[in-house]
Amino acid sequence: MLIRVEGLSAQISGREVLRDISMGVEAGEIVTLVGPNGSGKTSLLKTLIGALTPSQGRVLKDQGLRLAYVPQKLHVEPMLPMTVARFLSLPKKKTASSIAQALTAAGVPGIEKQSIQGLSGGQFQRVQLARAMMDKPNLLLLDEATQRLDHVGIADFYHQIAAIRRDTNCAVLMVSHDLNVVMRQTDRVICLNTHICCQGKPDHGVPHRSISVSLGSAMRIWPCITISRMP
Amino acid sequence: MLDDFLIRAALAGLGVNLTAAPLGCFVIWRRMAYLGDATAHASILGVALSLIFSLPLTLSVLLTASLMALLSLALSNRGWAMDTLLGVLSHSALAIGLVAVSFVSGIRIDLMAYLFGDILAVSQTDLLTIWVGAFLVVGMLAYRWSNLLLVTLNPDLAIASGIDPKREQLILTLSLAVVVAVAIKIVGVLLIVAMLIIPAAGARPLSRTPETMAMLSAVIGGSASGLGLIASYQFDTPTGPTIVCTATLLFLLINAMRPAIDWILKSRQKDRQAQPLNTGERHG
Ligand SMILES: Nc1ncnc2c1ncn2[C@@H]1O[C@H](COP(=O)(O)OP(=O)(O)O)[C@@H](O)[C@H]1O
Ligand SMILES: [Mg+2]
Repeated sequence: MLIRVEGLSAQISGREVLRDISMGVEAGEIVTLVGPNGSGKTSLLKTLIGALTPSQGRVLKDQGLRLAYVPQKLHVEPMLPMTVARFLSLPKKKTASSIAQALTAAGVPGIEKQSIQGLSGGQFQRVQLARAMMDKPNLLLLDEATQRLDHVGIADFYHQIAAIRRDTNCAVLMVSHDLNVVMRQTDRVICLNTHICCQGKPDHGVPHRSISVSLGSAMRIWPCITISRMP
Repeated sequence: MLDDFLIRAALAGLGVNLTAAPLGCFVIWRRMAYLGDATAHASILGVALSLIFSLPLTLSVLLTASLMALLSLALSNRGWAMDTLLGVLSHSALAIGLVAVSFVSGIRIDLMAYLFGDILAVSQTDLLTIWVGAFLVVGMLAYRWSNLLLVTLNPDLAIASGIDPKREQLILTLSLAVVVAVAIKIVGVLLIVAMLIIPAAGARPLSRTPETMAMLSAVIGGSASGLGLIASYQFDTPTGPTIVCTATLLFLLINAMRPAIDWILKSRQKDRQAQPLNTGERHG
């Protein structure tokens, strides 16, 4: 296990946002977190990086863990001048060639000199993925990383995730609402609603198109039909 | 040579501005202006304490400014209405300090020097204090520059990279207290935040990276202190306010020229981009 949590609960301003969560991610595994808005997906990722302190339970990290994190939203103060190249060099200095390479791999070549505040939502998302990959992580935490991408962008993005895993054996834990993709490309799905409703392999026997992309109705179907329960 | 009070004044102004420049950038980026005000205003309390108990001024100001900065920092993590809270703290500290000073007889006139600074009365010891403070703060900021930047950009990204945002915030807060302590004689309590903010704000339109902004704000602040000093000597005006006025003039000038600057930066970028855009077609 790269990272594991045991009996983890967490509170934000006195309210319980995570209750008795036990889960983990193995090396090279792609795990998707699904759940309605406010179900604690972002909070769970934050406890994994250490930004949210659990009120109970613990987070266990492998010695060799190198994690990278792409937050759900990243507001950049307009008064802070920041080029793409500089952003990729935070906090550690990077060579121009490694920056160029990372941007090309993320599908946004040649934008080193642009300011990050001037990028489109989709471009910035790709730049953030490029930054996350700079330090060669073995666990990538992605919080709704496709929310600002168009259809082509989303398809591209998941190809890239698959490629990253194939080429670097980097494990991925992502929050996603793209259920069709989740069904096809994920090793394991975790359904979250403050506590873990269920987790397991997506059932490939269920036709994807029959599942509404709307998460509300999907949540009703998912726990019982599309995921084979695991102990 | 350092006996010449004008040269001492120039060196003092330069030292303060070189320190204020990079810190002022963080004050702007992190929206800490109110925190700066609170810290600066609290220092008048330090002046009062130093006069009443005959403590060394810099030490006493450094202590009260640090305490106020730490108090503001502690409260700012509670999610209260920050501007209200800091407004209360900041102005109470100023008022209490002014009342406390009035208990010490015979210094009502001197008070002006602490409120608006008296750069022409800088002693050799003051000069030494200023430059020691400058080296401390600039050295600290340079040493932790990347960490501070990432924490400023997004604390969660910093945590994910193994950086403790609280520690970096503490460094910035204490640096602020040091700058206040060394700048109080030069620009005075009321205008310290102006010397932090105005040069940095002036540097923003000219900068594409945080490093350029820090350096350009040092250039703007340094020029303002030099030109302001000359102007204040020439027109017999209070030095601190004259330096701030000069910084404001530079700020206005840069912003007036902003359309031209933007145009130049854009066309330079277009020249550079012509090449990558063509090769980019292969990917599309
Ligand atoms: N900064 C915050 N202050 C107060 N409550 C918060 C904050 N962030 C999240 N919450 C609450 O925590 C719960 C879980 O939020 P989150 O983890 O962001 O959910 P998700 O990512 O699944 O949409 C929500 O009920 C939300 O209202
Ligand atoms: Mg979320």
